[in-house]
Amino acid sequence: MHLPEEGLILVVKHDCETCRMIAPLAADLERRGLLRVVFSQDDPAFPPGLQVADDRELEASWTLQTEIVPTLLRREGGRETARVVGWHRQEWQALTGLNDIGGDLPPERPGCGSLSVSPGMAEELQVRYGSTGLGAREIAVDFPEDPFEQMFDRGWTDGLPVVPPTPARVLRMLQGTRREPDDILGMIPPSGEVCTVEKAAINAVMAGCRPDYFPVVLAALDAALDPDFALQGLMSTTMGAGICIIVNGPIARRIGVNSGFNALGHGFRANATIARALQLMVINIGGAVPGGMDRSTMGHPGKFGLCFAEDESDPDWTPLAQSRGVPAGHSAVTVFGFCGTSINNAEKAREPVELSRQIGLCLNAVYHPGLAGGGLGAVLVLSGEYGRIYREAGWPRAQVEAAIHKATERPRNHLIADYMGDEAIGEPGEAIAKFAEGDLLVVRAGSNAGLFSTIIHGWSSGPRGSQPVTREVLP
Amino acid sequence: MTEPIVLLDPTSERSGAMRSRTAAPASLEGLTVGLLDISKGRGDKFLDRMEVLFGERGITVERFAKPTFAKKAPDDLAAAIAERCDIVVEALAD
Repeated sequence: MHLPEEGLILVVKHDCETCRMIAPLAADLERRGLLRVVFSQDDPAFPPGLQVADDRELEASWTLQTEIVPTLLRREGGRETARVVGWHRQEWQALTGLNDIGGDLPPERPGCGSLSVSPGMAEELQVRYGSTGLGAREIAVDFPEDPFEQMFDRGWTDGLPVVPPTPARVLRMLQGTRREPDDILGMIPPSGEVCTVEKAAINAVMAGCRPDYFPVVLAALDAALDPDFALQGLMSTTMGAGICIIVNGPIARRIGVNSGFNALGHGFRANATIARALQLMVINIGGAVPGGMDRSTMGHPGKFGLCFAEDESDPDWTPLAQSRGVPAGHSAVTVFGFCGTSINNAEKAREPVELSRQIGLCLNAVYHPGLAGGGLGAVLVLSGEYGRIYREAGWPRAQVEAAIHKATERPRNHLIADYMGDEAIGEPGEAIAKFAEGDLLVVRAGSNAGLFSTIIHGWSSGPRGSQPVTREVLP
Repeated sequence: MTEPIVLLDPTSERSGAMRSRTAAPASLEGLTVGLLDISKGRGDKFLDRMEVLFGERGITVERFAKPTFAKKAPDDLAAAIAERCDIVVEALAD
């Protein structure tokens, strides 16, 4: 592509009414010897009768940073000195120095979007003609080799196909954050290798994330790298732990993190891919490969990832993030290390005391019914109908939590008291609650039909294990 | 026919350094053996027995414990074991 050092340059496309309107004018400017080159984005035969430079590859349009067509610009000494976009008679006359042009046209008419800035195109052109500023190693996959098979062969996946992380897709993902690509996010266990924003973006692309999910992915990673979360232990335990991400605040609705029907299941891109992105980072950067540094005896389906939003539609219910110190109206994620889920049914319970009692019974199954008194964690997900029972009784979060906590109590002599380290945890017959304070998280999610709760079973919890960590989602 | 597709590497792009295992000593005579409890349930029982067995053979033993099995050993603990012991027995138990 050659750009003249001096004179006028016009960028047009046939599929633009304003460009077609000014086409005779372009011919006039060329006859007068002023117009040095016309770049046509979609049709080298347009405008008719002119020497047109074919710019269907959009190199000139990208180089000239064209956002609107027609764009008329003047270059002097190899530098741009003036530019007009769309049709505006006075501006065209001023730029060309011709006071007699366009008299038969309306005074002004807006232009059309340049093909070089159509959605997704800018990053493609940046890769082709500019510098990406990305540092990751590039691997070229020649036709007819299949990039999907390549990625399987290289061990980059969780067993399902991943989206090829092309430079353009990664650039688009990076648009989702204000952070610089080479910012270091931390070291991901078990390998302890460094993760940058760029590497996180690559894995988010592969997981299938949209760029507007990326701040949630980064917040979840930041939370998971908090030493209190003990990611090292979670990713290498024989018990087989995954990472559950609970999203609170306006970003959940904005990007579509599901909190309703099938919230803990499939069918929603944000839920599925945000969770998967974190899991892929743990595999690809952290090196948590099953049988290698991931020592899971059995694992569980949630190791593909679990992410859902809390149902915040009940104004009387304090959302999880607020209960953990995040100001109302702010978005946040809470990460929780988990080893599977179970659904529980208490259809005969119609009032909050009996409902709490039945939930407490079910919670005793976490880890082992004979274990209690701390060191264990769980997330209790209350469905819409359970939420309604508590709401109609006027029970706020604290009362619900206290009642359920109390309902898990069992006599000490029913427990395997010495299992967790021989510590005396009370007198025989003394009531021992299942969870230590802070180790049971209660959230609302799911549809409004069905008397169910789901228990997300934790790993070893408390200061000696993995503690839930909450982080605000930042741009 | 078709341009190659370029993929960006999602890994750390580093492979771990391979270090050869230290050769086992021909004899434990005169050596100090570290017994590291990683704080898994009943690991201490295994190490208690090891301590007795080493003691019967006149071998010096030092006991150490990680605060929790869930996290890496603190650097100071790893350094103390390296400084004071010739070999270490780490108990992974349940």
